[in-house]
This record gives sequence, structure tokens and C-alpha cells, in this order.
Amino acid sequence: MKLIFESGASGRGCSVLPECDVPVFSLPESMRREKAPNLPQLSENDISRHYTALAGRTHGVNNGFYPLGSCTMKYNPKINEEMAALPGFSSIHPLQPEHTVQGAMEVLYQTEKALCEITGMDGMTFQPAAGAHGEFTGLLLIKAYHKHRGDSKRTKIIVPDSAHGTNPASAAMAGFTVVSIPSQEDGCVDLEKLRAAVGEDTAGLMLTNPNTVGLFDKNILEITKIVHDAGGLNYYDGANLNAVMGISRPGDMGFDVVHLNLHKTFSTPHGGGGPGSGPVGCKALLADFLPGPVVKEEQGQYRFHTPEHSIGRVKSFYGNFAVVVKALTYILTLGAEGIREASQNAVLNANYMMKKLCDLYTMAYDERCMHEFVMSLEPLKKETGISAMDIAKGLLDNGIHPPTMYFPLIVHEALMVEPTETESKETLDEAIEVFRSLYETAKTDPQALHDAPHHTPVRRLDEVGAARNPKLRYSFE
Amino acid sequence: MGSYVPSTREQRQEMLKAVGVASFEELYADVPESMRLKEGALNLPDGMSEMEIMARMKSMAGKNKVFTSIFRGAGSYNHYIPSIVKRVTAKEEFVTAYTPYQAEISQGVLQSIFEYQTMICELTGMEVSNASVYDGATAAAEAVAMCRDRKRTKALISAAAHPDLIQTVKTYCEGSNTPVEIIPAKDGKTDLDALSAMLDDSVCCVLIQQPNYFGQLENADQAGVIAHEAGAKYIMSCNPISLGMIKTPAESGADIAVGEGQPLGLSLSFGGPYLGFMACTNALVRKIPGRIVGETTDVDGKRAYVLTLQAREQHIRREKASSNICSNQALCALTASVYLAAMGTKGLQQAAEQSFAKAHYFAAEMAKIPGCELRFSGEFFHEFVTSCPDVPKVMAALEAQGILGGLPLGGELSGCVLWCATEQNSKEEIDRAIAVIKEVCGA
Repeated sequence: MKLIFESGASGRGCSVLPECDVPVFSLPESMRREKAPNLPQLSENDISRHYTALAGRTHGVNNGFYPLGSCTMKYNPKINEEMAALPGFSSIHPLQPEHTVQGAMEVLYQTEKALCEITGMDGMTFQPAAGAHGEFTGLLLIKAYHKHRGDSKRTKIIVPDSAHGTNPASAAMAGFTVVSIPSQEDGCVDLEKLRAAVGEDTAGLMLTNPNTVGLFDKNILEITKIVHDAGGLNYYDGANLNAVMGISRPGDMGFDVVHLNLHKTFSTPHGGGGPGSGPVGCKALLADFLPGPVVKEEQGQYRFHTPEHSIGRVKSFYGNFAVVVKALTYILTLGAEGIREASQNAVLNANYMMKKLCDLYTMAYDERCMHEFVMSLEPLKKETGISAMDIAKGLLDNGIHPPTMYFPLIVHEALMVEPTETESKETLDEAIEVFRSLYETAKTDPQALHDAPHHTPVRRLDEVGAARNPKLRYSFE
Repeated sequence: MGSYVPSTREQRQEMLKAVGVASFEELYADVPESMRLKEGALNLPDGMSEMEIMARMKSMAGKNKVFTSIFRGAGSYNHYIPSIVKRVTAKEEFVTAYTPYQAEISQGVLQSIFEYQTMICELTGMEVSNASVYDGATAAAEAVAMCRDRKRTKALISAAAHPDLIQTVKTYCEGSNTPVEIIPAKDGKTDLDALSAMLDDSVCCVLIQQPNYFGQLENADQAGVIAHEAGAKYIMSCNPISLGMIKTPAESGADIAVGEGQPLGLSLSFGGPYLGFMACTNALVRKIPGRIVGETTDVDGKRAYVLTLQAREQHIRREKASSNICSNQALCALTASVYLAAMGTKGLQQAAEQSFAKAHYFAAEMAKIPGCELRFSGEFFHEFVTSCPDVPKVMAALEAQGILGGLPLGGELSGCVLWCATEQNSKEEIDRAIAVIKEVCGA
């Protein structure tokens, strides 16, 4: 289809602003831009149709099953959107006097209380805009904690090799040296390797539990103790919290600091890549280091407060506030029992799918999983030449968004499936049938899968060419 | 009350049976007993129906004061948002998709990002744009990280940049052990003599904001020349609406242009979500963080779009990545694109010229009030600083009229106010605010 710059006509446009009602002031010519920006010249109808066509070439959760592992693509309730759009939330300036934004501060305060209860933490910041931003913030808390104690030797963060790529990247940004330790085959921490890795230079450990293979690490208390005994702190990557909300709390597992992904676990939409929200919760020992301001309550009044040894800001204002409104709406809707029910059914749905597929597909670990499971297509590839990528592309022709591919790195030809709790048994059954029939196709007609997808708006892309000769903007010439 | 779980009680039982367990409890057998919460242990209220939630959230929203007339900016600007912007960005395909990893079914999002990148390049005059970062402050921090190398580690940031931006850059730099020094301001602008004196071969970059925090237009060309002469990179943080009329960062010699994209169609929303835009020269393309969309073809030769240059990113490079960013602000970038499409070249220029004209009319009227002098002498865009004889009283009187006054400043500028006007402030509104201020000031 056409790019927005390829339609329209010179002189066409929308009538948006009135004539200026104050005298014109002139800016010295030397301060003016020489050439006007080349922006679209379209009628409102043109714009509307353009984006309707683009929407038609986009697959969201609302279009169909989206079992993208590690991303928790659950349903995004509509009331959340409506609440965030209330003028009392959407039309307030971030620098209004505190007495005029008590409701907004209450939102931050109430959400903090609820999320601290769910995670077992004592304090929280909402400034981080996404999970990776939260990781960076949490690691700076750990850095500040050791520095404040005058312990300058702690320069290393331990990260298992099964971790999300953001973990080591965040640790490097926070100025730490990353120590990667190999995981066991099931993605769980190898206690001996961990014991060998900790020492006087250990600042902390980053871990997600359930891990990236979809298993709850049974040794979690032992793991966090090893790190604590060595003088380090434990960081919980909340990417997989959807498995254990209301079931088990990171704070009770021995973690000192966590980040959550409100756009995963707490049902706020992913927006084609964002905005998310990655609040960071911590135990009392780290609360004095949180980015400021945080909200305090005194005699029914809310006020902003900057913690005494704050690491400083990580973002303007108070984070992605509208996303927090959506998450609070969700938490209030579910309540204590609904939160637990959501996690239980997320785990049930994953186990059900795994069970119905494990006779054909090879599971990285096939007894029981948490909210997601990982299959290895390596045996199928050896037998038929059909890779994880080929199966993924086959799913596209069936209206299903593929699972996360080639992650975790410790499983070869990995497909990581996370159905979430908001999918019905019928949807799962249909998806199971699709997976099974693709397996048959791999054996009977592998070429059909090598050539897939067949029915999408475009087919497989030349990604190498895109990177070799980058064309990153439209050229008007 | 609801948990959005569609499976019926019977279906759940059927599925548990298929899995081979008797209860949900059994699914969690791997969670050690000592850390397993009992049913009902979570200290949260019971769930609520949609109707109850609606009332509860509206009551909280009702405790916030929505001002009918806003003269406060300082990083969050009250521009008019065309109706089409919210209609388009509410389309559920855009709202409920994630990062377009599967290009074949994500051409809509990918093409919209490619168009956004083009528009940001047009606005800034730069050669390459990424797909967005969190906000203007983090964009500045990421830009500083792009400039650091083994030899040059020190960053110089103008004191006249937004305080949140300065603090965010400092926090990021504390992480990466990058020294940061603040270039002092003189008469509300970056002191370029001081800048010259601070430069040496340890400096990796110079960052200024245009227009700056006080609304003043910096001598951006000259700052760039000074930075480059010393071998440092030059970063400009820009207000995107102002680029409808003022010189682009590219024309001022910037290597990297960043900024807060909120003025491009995003609501105030108590500070977020907003949009960090980042653009740079071709020479820096391998260092820019975050997603980038490129054009390519599919196996049938059809034009198509795809995430590209991913070798920079965390999921490939892990601790050696140019940044840890994964989720960005895609829907906010889409918002900016639709805004720019609706405004067009002419509309954007109008928004800029009108904001400029209204701020100048407002400032001129203000300067007639005794005790309310313009604090700085330089040219400004749509914000300006005045002294004010009784800041709390003026603010309270304005608030009583439903007017959000300018931002009271602190420190050396205590007793001064940073005012802002946009195309949304009519002459009548400005005159009304002036009348209130006049009355308080006894003029």
C-alpha cells in the first residue's frame, strides 16, 4: 500500500486552528528554519482511511490468539482505557499544585499499596516506563545501597544465561560487570555454579521466577540465601509474575527489589511496542534510595516526598501515569480473589496446551510448567528440515501470532508459548489443532512450510538486505 | 469480581483432569509450602463490578482540578489535539499489538513507524530517527551514552535545560560512571564563554535545550561550533512544535537531536505517557538505541517494512548492546504521526507561530504590570520568566478563576514565574489572566 507521503495533494489539509487573535510578532530571520518540513497534505478522510488500512495490516490481541511467550499478551479490558481517558486524569498538568491533584496522587498511592502487597515489598516508584527501565532503576538502587555502606568492591551482577537480554544490558548500563552463569537444562539455577560465582565482589543476582523455561525454581530460598550470605542483594525480574500473583510473593522468596510490567501482568495494552510501565518495588532497606518524588499520605492528604538518599530521577515527572490508572482499574476489578484466579488459570491454560502437544512436539521440560512452556523444534528440524521459524510462519496463515522464537537461548530451536488466562478452552483447542496439523505438514509437505506464510499481506522479508542497505525513511526525491 | 477468565467451572475441571491434576493447588506443587499464600491471604479488597469501578475511579478523578485555562508549560504543553488523533490511536489493532516481531502480520505498525521516522527526520532535519524512547529526559540520557567512548567520557549539560532532563541524565551517567558537568547560564541562556573554558579533550558531548527551560532561544549555531572545535559531539534537545518555525537542530550543526514529543498530540495526563524522540546523523546510525524500522521487499518483490539493524539491541548483544531498551512508546509515536498528518506543514507552522505570538502578547501585557518585569533579555519562543511581587497570592487568585498560572521558580529565580502560552490561549483568556494578576498586584 501507499505511504502517507505518497497520497494527498499540494494545498490540501485539515482545518484545525482558528485565525490568530493577537498581533503577529516576528522572529528574526536568522532564527527561522530555512526549509519547511515536508509533512503530509491530506484531508481528514484521507488520514482516516490510511490508518484504517494500516490497522487492517496489524495483528493485535483483539484480532486473535497471541501466545507470545514472556510478553503476557492477555486481554486489555476496555474500562481501563475509559478510566485513563477521564478528563480528571488526562487533562491535568504534572506540575499543578498538590492540593489540585489529590486524586491522581491517590491513584499512585493506592496502586503502590496494592502492588507492594502482591509482591511483598515495602516501597515503590512508578517512574520507570518499561521493564528494562525498571531493571536499570532497581540495579541503581542496589549500587547506591552498597555505596552508601561504603562497600565499593561490589561491582558484579550475576545473571543466569537463561535470562532475558535486557538483564545483562541493564546491568552494564548501571556500571556493573556481568557474570553469566550457566543454568541447568531446565533453566533452573545451578547451585554449585552460583556458590562458585558469589564473593566479596557480588553486588547482586538478577533472576526471574518462574524462569524463562517456564519452571518455578524449587531452590529459590537457597538461591537467595547464597547471595545474601555473600553480601549481595536479589533482584526479581517481574516478567513472569503472571504465574504466581496471589500464590507466592517475591518478597517471601528472598528478593529485595522487583520490577513489574504493568503492560503484561496488569492488563494494560502493549500499544504496538509501548507505552508500558515498569514500577520498581523494594524492601525497606532500599526505600531511601528510590527515585523521587514518591507519594506519602499524612492525615488523609497526599504529598510528594523525595527519599533521603534518592538515586535521582530516571524520567520526567511521575512515569507513565495513564498506564498506572489502567492497572489500578484492573486490580480493583479483580480484587484479591480475582488476582489469584487469573494466575491459576494462566498456569492451567499453559499446562493444558503443553499436555495436548507433548506427544508430538519435544518439550524443553515436559512434566509441569507454570504460565508458559518452551518447545524445542530441534528434533523435528533434524528429521524434516522444518525449523521453529517455519512453524511460526505456518501459524501466521492460521491467524495465530507465533510464540516467542529462539528464546531462551539455552533451548535450541525454541518456541516459547504463553497462552494467558484470558483465552478460552475453545481457543486453546483450535490452536492445539493448528499446531498438530502443522506438525503433520512438516512431515508430509515441508516445502509448504518453508514457503509460508502464503496468505498474509506480505510474505517472508529480505531482512539481510534491509540491514545491509538501510533505508530508514521515505525519500521525497 | 471478574478476572476476565472465560473458562467455565466445568471447563476448568475438564482441563485440570486433562493435565492430570486434581486441583489448582497441585499445579503449584513446585512452589515450596513455606512461601505459598493461603487462599484469601492477600490483603486486597474484594473485586468490583464494572459499574462500581466506574464510580470509584470517577470519584478519584473528581478530586483533581481540571483547569479551563492553562499558562503553565515547563515540559508539558497544552496544545490543541485534533479529533482524528484520538480516533485513530484508539484503533484496537494498534492498541493491542506488541512490538512488530512478526513482520508479515505487523505491516501496519511497521509502516506507521517508518512514517514516524520520516516525519521526525523532516522536523529535525536529521538523517536517521529511531522508533521512540520513553520521554525527552531519557532521550537526552541515551544521546549522551551514544557519545561516550574510551577517551572522551565527560558530558557537559546546560544549566538552562529542563531540571528533570538534567537530573535524569545525571542518574544515567552515575550508572555508567560518566562525569557530568553543568554549563552555567547567564541572562537565562547557556553561557558560551563558560562553555569554551570547560571544553577539553575529555569531553564527549555538549547538550543544550532549544528553546531552553526558561523559554529562551539559545545561540544554538555558536554552541555547536564551539563543541565541534573541541572535538565533542553536539546534542540538542528541541521542542517539536517550535520546529514549525525555528531553525532545526540539523541547521545548527547538531549530531543528535532529541526531545519531548508530548506537544505533538499527547494529552497532559499528569506527566505520561509521553514520547522521547531521537534522531542523528548517518555517521551515528549504529549507535542510536532502540527499534528502527527499515524498508525492504518480500519474496514476491513487494515493498515491505521490518525491524532492522538489530545487532545494536539487547536481545542480540546482551551486555554489549547500545542500550537496554525493549518496550518503547510506540502508540505515542503513532499519536505524533497522526497529529503531524492532521496539522500538515501549514498547521504545524500555525501552531508554532500562534504559540509564539500569544506568548509575546502575554509577555508584553505582563510587562505593563508594576513588579512583573521580564527577567531575561533574549528572544523567546512560547515561554518566558517574569518577576512577580507576590507569587502565592497571584497563583491563588488565578486558581480561583479556574486558571493555572505559570510555574513558580525556586533557587536563584525565587520570586519569579515561568509562564507559557500556546495556540489554545485566546486573547480573551490572556486578558482575563492579566486582569486578575493586575488586581492582585494592585496596579
